[in-house]
Amino acid sequence: MFSRFVVSCISLLFDGLAFGMVLFLISIGMSITMGVMRVVNLAHCGFAMIGGYLAFMLMTQAHLPFAAAVPLAVLGTMLLGALLERTVYAWIYAQSELGQVLMTIGLTFVMIATANAMFGSTVQNIPVPAALHGTYQLGAISLPVYRLFLIAVSCVCAAGIWYVLERTQVGAKLRAAVDNVRMAACIGMNVKAFFGITFAIGCGFAGLGGALGADMFPLEPYYALNYLVLVLIVVSVGGLGSIKGTLIAALTLGMIDTLGRYFVPGAGGLVIYLATLVLLLLRPQGLYGKKMS
Amino acid sequence: MKSIIRNVLPAEALPSYRLRLADALPWLVALGAFFMFDTYMSLGAQILIMVIFGISLDLALGFAGINTLGHAAFFGVGAYAAGYYSLHVSAEPLSGLLVAALAAGVIGLLSGWLLLRTSGLALLMLTMVTTVVLHEVANTWRDVTGGADGLSGIETSPLLGTFAFDLYGKTAYLYALAVLFVVFIAMRVIVNSPFGLAIRGIRENSKRMLLVGTPVHAKLILAYTLSAAIAGIAGALSAEITRTVGLDLLSFQLSGNILIMLIIGGVGRLYGAFIGIPLYMLLLDRAAAIDPFHWMFFVGIALILLVRFAPGGLLALAQQLRQRLVLRLTTPVKENK
Repeated sequence: MFSRFVVSCISLLFDGLAFGMVLFLISIGMSITMGVMRVVNLAHCGFAMIGGYLAFMLMTQAHLPFAAAVPLAVLGTMLLGALLERTVYAWIYAQSELGQVLMTIGLTFVMIATANAMFGSTVQNIPVPAALHGTYQLGAISLPVYRLFLIAVSCVCAAGIWYVLERTQVGAKLRAAVDNVRMAACIGMNVKAFFGITFAIGCGFAGLGGALGADMFPLEPYYALNYLVLVLIVVSVGGLGSIKGTLIAALTLGMIDTLGRYFVPGAGGLVIYLATLVLLLLRPQGLYGKKMS
Repeated sequence: MKSIIRNVLPAEALPSYRLRLADALPWLVALGAFFMFDTYMSLGAQILIMVIFGISLDLALGFAGINTLGHAAFFGVGAYAAGYYSLHVSAEPLSGLLVAALAAGVIGLLSGWLLLRTSGLALLMLTMVTTVVLHEVANTWRDVTGGADGLSGIETSPLLGTFAFDLYGKTAYLYALAVLFVVFIAMRVIVNSPFGLAIRGIRENSKRMLLVGTPVHAKLILAYTLSAAIAGIAGALSAEITRTVGLDLLSFQLSGNILIMLIIGGVGRLYGAFIGIPLYMLLLDRAAAIDPFHWMFFVGIALILLVRFAPGGLLALAQQLRQRLVLRLTTPVKENK
């Protein structure tokens, strides 16, 4: 009896981990763009949705294999992100916070309407290759292979982001831009191009999260709004521009949400939101964010 | 910090004590609609309720400059308070409004006291999270709120003991219109009072207001509380007229929608809600009958263009056009001299 409880706990924690990792993939781009460019981008979840739909389209209509469709979808999301960054976002940057909120909500609406016009309002499933089906047996615990794959991919991404940011010159430049945009521009950084590339990469990660996490975050037109509150909480609790903060916030939220849904249905959300409220009141800049001037 | 409404409000745009003929227009239109479109009374009442809600948001956002993404919190609290009051205490509508205003005002006071220390992005997040917390409370606290089912079977006894609420919503429409009128007069008095001037000053430059000795935090809390109480009244009207209260009244979507509707009309002008909300809701009513997603597409595009080219909303746009027209009509005369 006890061992069964432990087993179910472990598999729940595992699910929470997978959920949190997808949440991390979707949120990290928003955290970085908000931290670096000081832009409130509520359309960010829309890019995750676009990644998911692109992968879906490439697999079902172009009949590409999973391994080719997902990277192509990520690339497509990045291209679209770069394109929008050069056009619509040039307007958005110039706005106050509230103006940015309104404009990016407007952009989200356009994304939702377009997704519905192209794919309909029903939930679309991204077919998973046979190699990722089934479960992996670890003693009494059975772990779904796809979730393992998901966690592995997200870990690689997180490690890659960490390495680039902390150990390379590009990362040093980005951190410099987060600290002081004006100063970074003064010492000769092409801040505009930098922002564009950062934005596109952030969109790419969101697209990856959208494409891989479609079994936990069902793909439908309202995707772009449904998970917005969750992602915003992760980003603001973690602290803008902080990878560590975003990772911790996403994992904690994923665990509490999954465990809460199982043990105390209904109260899980309340715990998360109350904790967020208290934390943001005490630390408006989030766990690892820098104080905003 | 930049403000969306700064520099779009020339002195003459501010509502003043002096009433002009145009001030009668919205009321004439509302009364005219009552006699001409008597089959659309329930939609009409919904619009009037949302106009009250929009005015309350205008007080916080347009006049005091409090950026909020969570105004539905107060609408929802008001609706739940009125619904609960009607089910368990008394079905008398006017006292229900007072109870709702009190409940929403208390929540506004508490959350304002906590939240208004922050500004900008943190404030946007905090107001949003507050609404989500209240949504979850309403979802979990089944005994009082009915959980996901909401409150239903709300009875509303005849207004003032004589005017029963009819099936066609005629009483409801006039009731909402009367409440809107009272709220509007109160708002006019508030925004033209020294307090109203002070919160406008805080919106323009809170540091300078602090330096000239204004208790900025206290004034903002008061503005937020008043705004919350008015939003609560709007929520109570919704509960009394539709006779149901649901979780959607506490949703992020409602906060976003009222913000969009107000911005379309124009913030900080009192009449913004009178323009944006009827326009949005009437078009939505027509468009939703065809396809709600096309509607979202056009609202999205309109929102982007409006914020970019007319941050003061349709009212500011109309004013700019009028000024340009006046300028064009007057300048050639001077040149001829």
